[in-house]
Amino acid sequence: MTARIRACPDGPLLVDGDVEVTTEDGVVHRSTRPVTAVCRCGASAVAPWCDGTHKLLDRP
Amino acid sequence: MRLPAARGAVGARLHDLLLSDPGDRLVRGADDAVRAVGEDPDDDALSLWTVQELGYRGFEEVDDAWEHHPALTPLTHALESELEARLRQRYDAARADLPASTGDVAADLFALAETHDGPSLARHVERHATRDEVTELLRQRSVYHLKEADPTAWVIPRLDAAPKAALVQVQYDEYGTGRPEAVHHALFERGMADAGLDASYGAHVGEAWLETLEQNTTMGLFGRHRRLRGAALGHFAAFETTSSLPSRRLARGMRRLGFPESLAAYYDEHVEADAVHEQLAVREVCGALVAAEPDQAESVMFGAWTCLDLESRNAAATLQRWGRGEAAA
Repeated sequence: MTARIRACPDGPLLVDGDVEVTTEDGVVHRSTRPVTAVCRCGASAVAPWCDGTHKLLDRP
Repeated sequence: MRLPAARGAVGARLHDLLLSDPGDRLVRGADDAVRAVGEDPDDDALSLWTVQELGYRGFEEVDDAWEHHPALTPLTHALESELEARLRQRYDAARADLPASTGDVAADLFALAETHDGPSLARHVERHATRDEVTELLRQRSVYHLKEADPTAWVIPRLDAAPKAALVQVQYDEYGTGRPEAVHHALFERGMADAGLDASYGAHVGEAWLETLEQNTTMGLFGRHRRLRGAALGHFAAFETTSSLPSRRLARGMRRLGFPESLAAYYDEHVEADAVHEQLAVREVCGALVAAEPDQAESVMFGAWTCLDLESRNAAATLQRWGRGEAAA
């Protein structure tokens, strides 16, 4: 099955289906939402998932 | 649930009608109540809420045949028209100060939410609110949270494939992805009950403030009319766009005050879920609606602004009521 990932302008990556992300510290994070938003800005308090914090950052 | 106590002449007449026999061919209409619409906003709001509720779960003592009864139609129409006219008047008065349209509805929706400046109940709950204040807020918010996502569900059959598929994806998450215990309104119900509050459906409508009722009747109004599908989806998008970050503050506030973990977890869930939903609602629901039906763009923005405005009004009135007016500045 092809993993479908969409990048949102100034926002997260949207990934369809179950997702497993292993962060640098070796911790495995799982999401079973229909669609998961993966943080791209690095400022999320619930990383690796998006929590909307990107909207508070100054954009170029 | 049972009918909430009427707040004036319109509600009293509405109750008379709803408690009479819908099969009576000589049933007297509610012309006198129709004439009284517009006199008392509180009475109007609870009456409209009551009429709309006939289409959700109804009332124990009211015959289900009243839902689409012609004797009720003139009053429903008068109450809905009055509300819609008021919302449009507010929007028209505010439009000059809103960001100019870029022609990209997604960008416009995010810009609208970003530039909207209103008092924040979440900020107050996070740092300063008392347990009594938060308990009162939960009772008010329960009017919506115990039927969370339901008003938006009316819109589904009115859409083309692209916005419909995206909307259902969000609703599927709201409705627990097939697991009854994960349905968002069930999560809220559990949190309320764990906090020792009455979590039964409609339990706190009788004490709902005008601003709370208006938030709910507006969602009902937008959901019930195909003509207002753009406004319903704009409202939905604005709601999701302003949920993640406040939910984090609310979860912190609940933990600060020692509310049960299940209640804080309800807000935790909305931090993550609504970070996804806002993207889907703005880009794939509203974006796709406007791509398919360009003339809906204006309606989408009207619905979105109305959502933000009603929340600001409720927050300002709530902080005022708590003697925290300075926090509204």
